[in-house]
Amino acid sequence: MTPEGPQGLLIRPIRHGTVIDHITAGQALNVLRILGITGTTTEEVSVATNVASGRVGRKDIVKIENRELRKEEVDRIALLAPNATINIIREFTVIEKKGVEHPHELLGVVRCPNPGCISNTAEPARSRFIVVPNGLRCHYCDWLISKEIAAHIL
Amino acid sequence: MRHIISVRDMDRRAIDELLDRAAEIEARRYDPNLLRGKILGLFFFEPSTRTRMSFESAMARLGGVSLNMGSVEASSVAKGETLADTIRVVSGYVDAIVLRHPKEGAARLASEFASVPVINAGDGAGQHPSQTLLDLYTIRKSMPLDGLRIGLLGDLRYGRTTHSLAIALSLYGAEIAAVAPKGLELPSGIVQELADRGTSVTEYSAVEDVIADLDVLYVTRIQRERFPDMASYLDVASSYRITPELVGLARPHMIVLHPLPRIDEIDPRVDALPNAKYFEQAHHGVSVRMAMLGEVMG
Repeated sequence: MTPEGPQGLLIRPIRHGTVIDHITAGQALNVLRILGITGTTTEEVSVATNVASGRVGRKDIVKIENRELRKEEVDRIALLAPNATINIIREFTVIEKKGVEHPHELLGVVRCPNPGCISNTAEPARSRFIVVPNGLRCHYCDWLISKEIAAHIL
Repeated sequence: MRHIISVRDMDRRAIDELLDRAAEIEARRYDPNLLRGKILGLFFFEPSTRTRMSFESAMARLGGVSLNMGSVEASSVAKGETLADTIRVVSGYVDAIVLRHPKEGAARLASEFASVPVINAGDGAGQHPSQTLLDLYTIRKSMPLDGLRIGLLGDLRYGRTTHSLAIALSLYGAEIAAVAPKGLELPSGIVQELADRGTSVTEYSAVEDVIADLDVLYVTRIQRERFPDMASYLDVASSYRITPELVGLARPHMIVLHPLPRIDEIDPRVDALPNAKYFEQAHHGVSVRMAMLGEVMG
């Protein structure tokens, strides 16, 4: 018992799918955006934010039912939550646990903030960003996004 | 297939080799039939005199011919055709493409759709590698490129020549002094990139404060089209002017460069000084562009 009351599970375990743990507190909804999971997609999603964590103080957790994230999806998360851990769940059991790695580049994930960039025109140019040590650099116009990456997610 | 899109794609060795080749060409040691039978396509979606004509001159001197798209109004672009489609089509007509376009990244996009080499001749406020190479060539004729202290003066926000030059000089250990009117300073992304490349940028509010320490003063014009009205343009444009008296404060070996055209930012009396290298700089455009054409088509 804690002074606040009994401890329990904020969100229930999932049978199959992915649990993203140790997300930087406050970034859970952005993690969903960067994964392309919005209110219009069909996944069953549970989100817990600002959960107490012995390891990182406060953290967010996302559980996605019936979807196992692919490597390139997992690595996108590194841009927003570099300490996140990914648990792949089958029959309520963690069958794989992994960290996230910065991807080399992002295709079709982030919109270039430069209004003069060719990728913001009717040309057949898909958004493409190279991941550099201090952010993301547009493949076309070299614009550097060094902060608030989540604000530029397509 | 070799494209020339950005100085960011080039290492020091690649730049030095192109400049060495340009020096050979300037000394008349080149094959005047190197590009005989080849056709260069010139696609200028923005006005140009020096860049377009010097590419045409360079192609002619190497024995090739040039095809010019002409004005945008008279082309399929006026019908709404995308750049990507234009490039795909004309790749069948020419052996290399020189492109100037108002959108940043246009040349990179073109290179993805072209089946022939693409040379970037300026993309919006982005890159202009042939100008950078001829700037470097002009400096190298006066002094070694290593460890220069260069002053960049003028519109450093939108001026693509200064961005390209600063990035290239970071390969040679330059120190950069940036002097820009308020609101036209070097973009923070460029300053950050230069820092990542180990190049320091120091900002000054007046060229008088730094000219005595410079090896090179690179002057650019303020672009009138960036301002909402004539009064605000004139207010900024008149905030600096290079005069013989100002050059007199510099060390004797300091050279003054300008990508041209100039408006009022350099007093015509400076033209007669040995420090003034901007017309030589424009002439070097032909040798440097001959080296570039040979590189992608030779």
